[in-house]
Amino acid sequence: MDIRTRVSTIYGDQIERFGAQWKAQVEELRAAHPGAVESVLWPESYPTDVPIVFVTRDQILTVLTQLRDNPGMEYNFLSDITATDEGDEHGRFHVVYHLFSPKNGWRLRLKVRVSEGQEVPSATAVWPAANWVEREVWDMFGVKFSGHPDLRRILMDQRWVGHPLRKDYPLRGYQLFPDPAPVDQSLLE
Amino acid sequence: MAQMNDKISELQTGIPGHYALEHDPDDLWGESRVIVNIGPTHPAMHGALRMVAKLNGETIEKSYCEFGYTHRAKEKLGENRTYHQFIVYTDRLNYCSALTNNVTYAMSIERLMGLEVPERAIWLRMISVELARVIDHLICIGISAVDLGAFSFFLYGFQQREEAYSLIEALCGARLTTSYTRIGGLANDAPDGWERQVKEWVKKTRKVIDEMDELLTGNRIWHQRTVGVGAISKEDCLRYSFTGPNARASGLDVDLRRDSPTMFYRDVEFDVPVAQNGDVFDRYLIRLEEIRQSLNIITQCCEKLKKGPIWVEDKRVRIPDKDVVHNTMEGLIHHFKFFMTGFDVPAGEAYTPFEASNGELGFYVVSKGGPYAHRMRIRGPSVFHYQALSKMADGGKIGDMVAILGSINVIAGELDR
Repeated sequence: MDIRTRVSTIYGDQIERFGAQWKAQVEELRAAHPGAVESVLWPESYPTDVPIVFVTRDQILTVLTQLRDNPGMEYNFLSDITATDEGDEHGRFHVVYHLFSPKNGWRLRLKVRVSEGQEVPSATAVWPAANWVEREVWDMFGVKFSGHPDLRRILMDQRWVGHPLRKDYPLRGYQLFPDPAPVDQSLLE
Repeated sequence: MAQMNDKISELQTGIPGHYALEHDPDDLWGESRVIVNIGPTHPAMHGALRMVAKLNGETIEKSYCEFGYTHRAKEKLGENRTYHQFIVYTDRLNYCSALTNNVTYAMSIERLMGLEVPERAIWLRMISVELARVIDHLICIGISAVDLGAFSFFLYGFQQREEAYSLIEALCGARLTTSYTRIGGLANDAPDGWERQVKEWVKKTRKVIDEMDELLTGNRIWHQRTVGVGAISKEDCLRYSFTGPNARASGLDVDLRRDSPTMFYRDVEFDVPVAQNGDVFDRYLIRLEEIRQSLNIITQCCEKLKKGPIWVEDKRVRIPDKDVVHNTMEGLIHHFKFFMTGFDVPAGEAYTPFEASNGELGFYVVSKGGPYAHRMRIRGPSVFHYQALSKMADGGKIGDMVAILGSINVIAGELDR
């Protein structure tokens, strides 16, 4: 067997193998939920490994549910939820959803544009796994998720001030807490 | 004394012949509940993890978990260090298999730059990843056995683990914090005869694994402590984003090495073990079997390893050789520029997943050009496993919580980042 499976050829490889399916899936999404898909960045024209689908904030849950359940899509595995700070001219934050279809090996990336102070519907109803990663996005970027069962800080202390992964957060500076956070009785009810 | 208790019970309730013990043999504690705080520094917790549990006797009624006590702001550092400088930070993610993190990080940057790594480097990377997987699994099953009282089992594994660390030391000079990969290649070539040593180690480890298997798998006490404890169903694994051995123990047949192969995983043969019940015992069995499969992969890689370059011929990422640096002006400037300003990665973004020892380790790197990343997201598998710990432990005994925590192999380094 000829050994040509280079590390870097994954880009081209994926476009060849999955390009047609991705196109069909995005068309299906557009037909089912008109107005939900804002724009799509395709790997052919933008340097990305998988298509980036920009979804409107209020329709993200219906799109995620459809991607999870529809036969022919089956992105039933949530790889990750994170965010990026894009600066004020691009709507400040992009909340990024990485989806994976274990059955077919497809991956897809969804993004939601959020301005300062806006809330995104929580994906915990679609995947319970979204709970802690959404808490981390709140902790690190200050993006709130509406309908989240327990939106507290997760990596930083509950008493922390500021959201460290924002681009305007300073690199140095200390906030010291001598004692660990006390036991939260309300979480044990 | 018993008679007296019965008498009191009779008096209290006013029902003749009422015996306290006949009410509910399990509810010895009435309405009283105890709240126990375990961690962040507690010998039963693996790393600085915290669990607060509300106990009814020995049974956990409700619990919640906390982490973040070893948060070192790696994602923020990823935005403020050059791509070369960030390699050392990846060691400290899952410190039981530092080589896997190194390799995954290097792959993610190479994808963004479109670099082709030479063949020998890829085979060496595969050997080191599988070595790290063996070490990680030995630690996991060894320490979870120690938690349940099987100490000698742990020592069997530790002997082989130390020898594996010696092999890694011969490869890159460090045992734990390896920093072995560079963008586009490897820091050092393997010494002469290294693959022979690896093969000998594989032969010996196979025997030790069989011995460990005999020692513990059929043990009745081990069965009683592990079978049916902390079970999680296949559907819940999907809902809670389980990956790696923990997902496969529940019957979720996913392995990124087989399903979306990177490096040369298409060219080696290995089986993916899958179990059914998803309890502590199945997670132990899966890890034991995966060690055997990893040993198979290591042998195959050693046979395919040929002499050749270990670094891509690309001026952007290759650190100039020392004699060029010391003897030519251009070499010195190149060296200086490389370490002081770093190299530019073209704008773009990619999510690079890899089947690490615990599951899907992913680097989501967004570049806007320049020597620093715009966003360096690290997706650690432990976050999702630890998230489901309360779900698995609630309703069980507090002693079983320790068994479950050991079996899902939560590493605080990749949890907290």
